[in-house]
Amino acid sequence: MELDALYQEVILDHYKHPQHKGLQPTYDAQVHHVNPSCGDEITLNLSLAGDSISAISWDGVGCSISQASVSIMSDLVIGKSVNEARVILDNFVELMQSKGLKTGDPVILEDAVSLAGVSKFPARIKCALLGWMAYKDAVLAASTK
Amino acid sequence: MSELDVAKIRKDFPIFTRTIRDGKKLVYLDSGATSQKPQVVIDAEVDFYSKNNAAAHRGAHQLAEEATEAMESARQIVADFLGADVDEIVFTKSATESLNLLAYSYTSLITKDDSIVVTEMEHHANLIPWQQLAERTGATLKWFEVDTEGRLDLSSIDQVITEDTKIVALTHQSNVLGTINPLEAIVARAHEVGAVVVLDACQSVPHMPINVAQLNIDYLTFSGHKAVGPTGVGVLWGRSELLEMLPPFLFGGSMIETVTMTSATWAPAPRKFEAGVPNMAQIVGLGAALNYLSKIGMEKIFHHEVELGAYLIKRLSTIEGLRIIGPQHMQARGGTVSFTFGDIHPHDLGQYLDAQGIAVRTGHHCAWPLTRKLGVAATTRASLYFYNDESDVDALVDGIIGAKKYFGRS
Repeated sequence: MELDALYQEVILDHYKHPQHKGLQPTYDAQVHHVNPSCGDEITLNLSLAGDSISAISWDGVGCSISQASVSIMSDLVIGKSVNEARVILDNFVELMQSKGLKTGDPVILEDAVSLAGVSKFPARIKCALLGWMAYKDAVLAASTK
Repeated sequence: MSELDVAKIRKDFPIFTRTIRDGKKLVYLDSGATSQKPQVVIDAEVDFYSKNNAAAHRGAHQLAEEATEAMESARQIVADFLGADVDEIVFTKSATESLNLLAYSYTSLITKDDSIVVTEMEHHANLIPWQQLAERTGATLKWFEVDTEGRLDLSSIDQVITEDTKIVALTHQSNVLGTINPLEAIVARAHEVGAVVVLDACQSVPHMPINVAQLNIDYLTFSGHKAVGPTGVGVLWGRSELLEMLPPFLFGGSMIETVTMTSATWAPAPRKFEAGVPNMAQIVGLGAALNYLSKIGMEKIFHHEVELGAYLIKRLSTIEGLRIIGPQHMQARGGTVSFTFGDIHPHDLGQYLDAQGIAVRTGHHCAWPLTRKLGVAATTRASLYFYNDESDVDALVDGIIGAKKYFGRS
């Protein structure tokens, strides 16, 4: 059933036990993103150490897809270089735009492949991308600081 | 129970013969967003294009005559439906356009010393045009607050509507809460200070008998598509003396009287507000829609929704963890019910319900200031219409209980 493809255990786990949630007081960049169609909101703090992402913390309200996605994203990119993280981001965006035709590369995307089912539900893609787009803005802001 | 034969009514709507998500019966509880269309409305549009299509009010040929006749008959149907005069009915492309038309047309009539009054429960379409009119003119925007039960707080009515108030714009029935607003005191106070009352009737014209003379208001708008009519057609009703005084908003063909290279004068209302070739097929479809509703009977439709709304609230109230956002009883309330459910986000609940064939709306329902005020980021909304019955409510309740099991796993 397609609903089970959307709501995989990994997603519900991240929703119930979100990683890196709770804003840290120090950061190089802070961004705030909203999803105007549903009211989901996220604030994301990001710190760089040289070329690597040393910390991400976030807070927000939203559905399980948006909350789990930002939790998974944080887990994935913390400790990576900005370039490595860009590859992950590009892979994830491509997966979300795949209309259910791709399953995602588990080596690159790890837990994020569990969000592959979202691509079959057009209205939910922006939920899954909310945290990732916040990250994209934050890393740009931190890099150009 | 209800005087309506819902099973028979549903046969008028071809969409109810299709299935949803792997063969599930369609349980449509999103009529607050848009209503489904009976075959007579679909036929009216098809007939217009098949038999009468030409540019209304233009051309010296038979088809143009027939198109004009079809469109103007629809205007008469709308006028009769609202208890208005035919020349007071302006066709727009949507209720949103109607409200923008008013807000723009009032620009030259409002100064920085004036105030405009709205309420906290407005749909964005009846908030932002006035907010922006205030911004353009320097006028003050004021509003009635909403209490914890989802009713307007009128305790300070004389401080909200004051001598400088020129416009009071409010919704008749909240698209989020189902609250039906009491108009009498507001209209009386507005007229006492010389303000006009603009009624957003998108959620009331399709659901209850409306008579603009009895309501004693000055402007009213509704959209066709929420009243079993086509998309792309809205109505603005205004008192004839007000429409006569009001400057036009859109300029162009057929809204003029005379034109030179440097100036123009305007046709009388309603033509003054209908620049360009109108959405004729949709207007004709709206006429068919209102005739269809009249045949069923607006009084019966309203009673049916109140009865079914009571049943919906009663059944929802038995679900542990479910919180209804808005009035808890059916007094001054329609069949639109918003709620939250434990820690299951509305988007997730809506997705689960969709998998069962149940269509609901989730989010802030284009009324962000209201949901913020009520302390909820988003709600799930079930909105009833005369083609719903108890089986739809039962399916919703079963779905909500199923969602708790589904998301509680692992």
